[in-house]
Amino acid sequence: MSVDNNINTTWSRIKDSDIFFSFKKSPTAIISSLILFIIFFCSFFVELITPYNPFDPSSLSLMEAFTPPSWTEDGLSKFILGTDGQGRDMLSTILFGSRISLIVGFSAIIFSLILGVGLGLTAGYFGGKYEMIVMRLTDVQLTVPSILMALLVDGIARGLISREMHDEMAIYVLIFAIGISEWPQFARVSRAATLVEKNKDYVSASTIIGVSNLVIMFKHILPNILRPVLVIGTIGLALAIIAESTLSFLGVGVPPTTPSLGTLIRLGNDFLFSGEWWITFFPAIFLVILAFSINLLGDWMRDTLNPRLNK
Amino acid sequence: MSFLKIKDLSVDYQMRKETVYAAKNINIEVNKGEILGLVGESGSGKSTVGNAIINLIDEPGKVSSGSVLLGDLNIHEDPKNIVKYRGKKIGLIFQDPQTSLNPILTIGEQLIETIQTHLELTKEEAKERSINLLNEVGIKDAVKRFDDYPHQFSGGMRQRVVISLALCCEPELLIADEPTTALDVSIQSQILDLIKKLTKERNLAVILITHDMGVIAETANRVAVMKNGDVVEIGITKEILTNPKKTYTKSLVSSVPPTNKKISRFVIIEKENNDKNKNNLKILNRWTKKEIIKQDLVQVQNLSKSFDDNFFTESSKNSVMAVNDVSFNIKEGESFGLVGESGSGKSTIAKMIVNLFKPSVGEIFFDNVCVTKIKQNSEMMKFRKQIQMIFQDPYSSLNGRLKVRDIVSEPIKLHNPLISKNDLDSYVFDLLESVELTQNSADRYPHEFSGGQRQRISIARSLATQPRLLVCDEPTSALDVSIQAQILNLLKDLQEQLNLTILFISHDLPVVRQMCDRIGVLRDGKLCEVSDTEDLFLKPQHDYTKELLHLMPKIESIYN
Repeated sequence: MSVDNNINTTWSRIKDSDIFFSFKKSPTAIISSLILFIIFFCSFFVELITPYNPFDPSSLSLMEAFTPPSWTEDGLSKFILGTDGQGRDMLSTILFGSRISLIVGFSAIIFSLILGVGLGLTAGYFGGKYEMIVMRLTDVQLTVPSILMALLVDGIARGLISREMHDEMAIYVLIFAIGISEWPQFARVSRAATLVEKNKDYVSASTIIGVSNLVIMFKHILPNILRPVLVIGTIGLALAIIAESTLSFLGVGVPPTTPSLGTLIRLGNDFLFSGEWWITFFPAIFLVILAFSINLLGDWMRDTLNPRLNK
Repeated sequence: MSFLKIKDLSVDYQMRKETVYAAKNINIEVNKGEILGLVGESGSGKSTVGNAIINLIDEPGKVSSGSVLLGDLNIHEDPKNIVKYRGKKIGLIFQDPQTSLNPILTIGEQLIETIQTHLELTKEEAKERSINLLNEVGIKDAVKRFDDYPHQFSGGMRQRVVISLALCCEPELLIADEPTTALDVSIQSQILDLIKKLTKERNLAVILITHDMGVIAETANRVAVMKNGDVVEIGITKEILTNPKKTYTKSLVSSVPPTNKKISRFVIIEKENNDKNKNNLKILNRWTKKEIIKQDLVQVQNLSKSFDDNFFTESSKNSVMAVNDVSFNIKEGESFGLVGESGSGKSTIAKMIVNLFKPSVGEIFFDNVCVTKIKQNSEMMKFRKQIQMIFQDPYSSLNGRLKVRDIVSEPIKLHNPLISKNDLDSYVFDLLESVELTQNSADRYPHEFSGGQRQRISIARSLATQPRLLVCDEPTSALDVSIQAQILNLLKDLQEQLNLTILFISHDLPVVRQMCDRIGVLRDGKLCEVSDTEDLFLKPQHDYTKELLHLMPKIESIYN
């Protein structure tokens, strides 16, 4: 191993790393991250990309409602994927919707990541009764299906928050509901990893030096357990996005005024039997592609970052 | 006419960035009835040669050239045929008897399976043969133990079972890859005696792969010294060990701690330029050097520790006494050694002294303060500052996510939060210099360093708080012998210049003899005897000490 001749810039470290090497070797990883990049970019800069703003009432034209996709007989070239029942351009509606979905998904997963890792890390580190309580709590939580859990949270929130406030608060309730149903995964994984790490000598060395428990946990152990946590975090992101869509499809997610992918699918569903298939089909296929790409990337990460599978 | 002939054997590993030659043009011959020792440090390719003979090289490695002749048979000619020779013509013994037996099959089933794979025998015949074999390798009550599972045997007994497995189809060549490394000294000598006996009785050709020069001196007829995939020197054991021709062999032999005398420093031949202004360590300027007053720095009184392995009840029925009523003192400025086999409680004592866990019974005094009763955090910090520890495994004792600079500066910042950035940097550099590392090591990550260098970083970290007591828990047992010599030299130098008190814990008697002024011998958590080093080695009092001294492999045995 040559130690002397390289300058340790971050970029050269990345370029030299095994992860980057295996990324270059994996077409699945490249394609899925490319798709994800395009989706993310288009969703967050949608105003720059499309000429339409589907949520601006003045731009709506009922004359153009139910226009089929552009390649069909009655299609218009300015609406590539057609329009919905209010004459909104499908493509831009989907991109606006996916932005909501992504924001909710990311926020929910970050929320559950912080909660789960925090609890798992402390449980693994301190052990004893605290650990037992936390881990039994995750067991209980895992017996409740996450959708049910989210529905429960949403129901409680509806009871507590006044109706006027509800539409405003809906997105936060949704983030909380999804986040609270996903944290046990993170708690379990980070506890298991912490149990391994805390028996390593570098933790003992820090204790002997006099480093406090808090610093040991967050400065020394946390960076060492992040790998497995990030892997399930990626797969969890896909789950969170699907959960958001499911909830919105059921009508307990974000309000129709700020539609997410799930809301779009639900709205389009009503027209499915009258022949306007594109209104529900395109958001649905978009959701599938999004979740599938995230899962593929997560699978690749799991294989690459798992030292046991390294041949 | 030699029985095994290895000609021009090369093994390559095609890696992502380069091709690594694990073995290059190896030529070795072994006669029947002879033990050939294959000795070298980690990464020298000694195991690779052993595995290459039977073509057990893992991907992406491959045997790229050469031939292996067993008698007149070229066993590498047809790679598919090699399976037939494994076990039948060639027996194998691996390092770890824990993992080389299948835990869910009885040893009888494993023996019968192996025998029936290679020989056409009925089950009864195979069983009879197995029991004879078990008797031959020294397992008592072989008939009864035939149906036992591997976990019902002790480590040494398990290794005997592995040997019987290796021998069950009457092989003519036996490859033993570090067969005693995982075993305690007393069991090691039994296993080596068994291998010697079998070699003679069965007229086997044996290749004994080991890193331990003592083992080589006591067992091998001839020895091949390997380095970086090359055979450096090959010849009669006695000649190689007493009169080595090559520099590498010389340095290897001189690095082995002698068992019969105490030397002040190890002679390091390969590394010449290590004597530059040794006496001016820069950290001395920062060091408040303690006067050596021959007073007890550490007093350990009636120390006991039990581990409850039952979670629900607090009864002591199931508890294991890891340490049982141990008392000793360590004087300021001296090196005190604790010796014992695995499970003797030596590491547990170390961890109680550095206050990683509390003793069940007993007290530890440091500088006349009872450390086991400290409650206040600020008091504890004062005490932490004065006692530091060096660990056995250099790979787990450094946090791989931090740069060396951050690892070494952490204790400095913790105990002196107001230190300026420049001062901190120069302190880190001084510490690195004191362990003979360069300044630019500070910006690297631990994985860029070798085991010995990591251990140096670990020492630098432990010196950062200017401790008075350094607890070294097997600091060199994970290291190669030449690196061990360097680290031991370093510890000695540091102790001399900084007036450190050292508690040195090891299973390795020769090392302890070189390092310590006084030694305590531990067995099953009890202290057998404590005496001055030379007294202990020359006239041991306790029976257990006598046995340990008798059994340890001695490189000097070759002179007699």
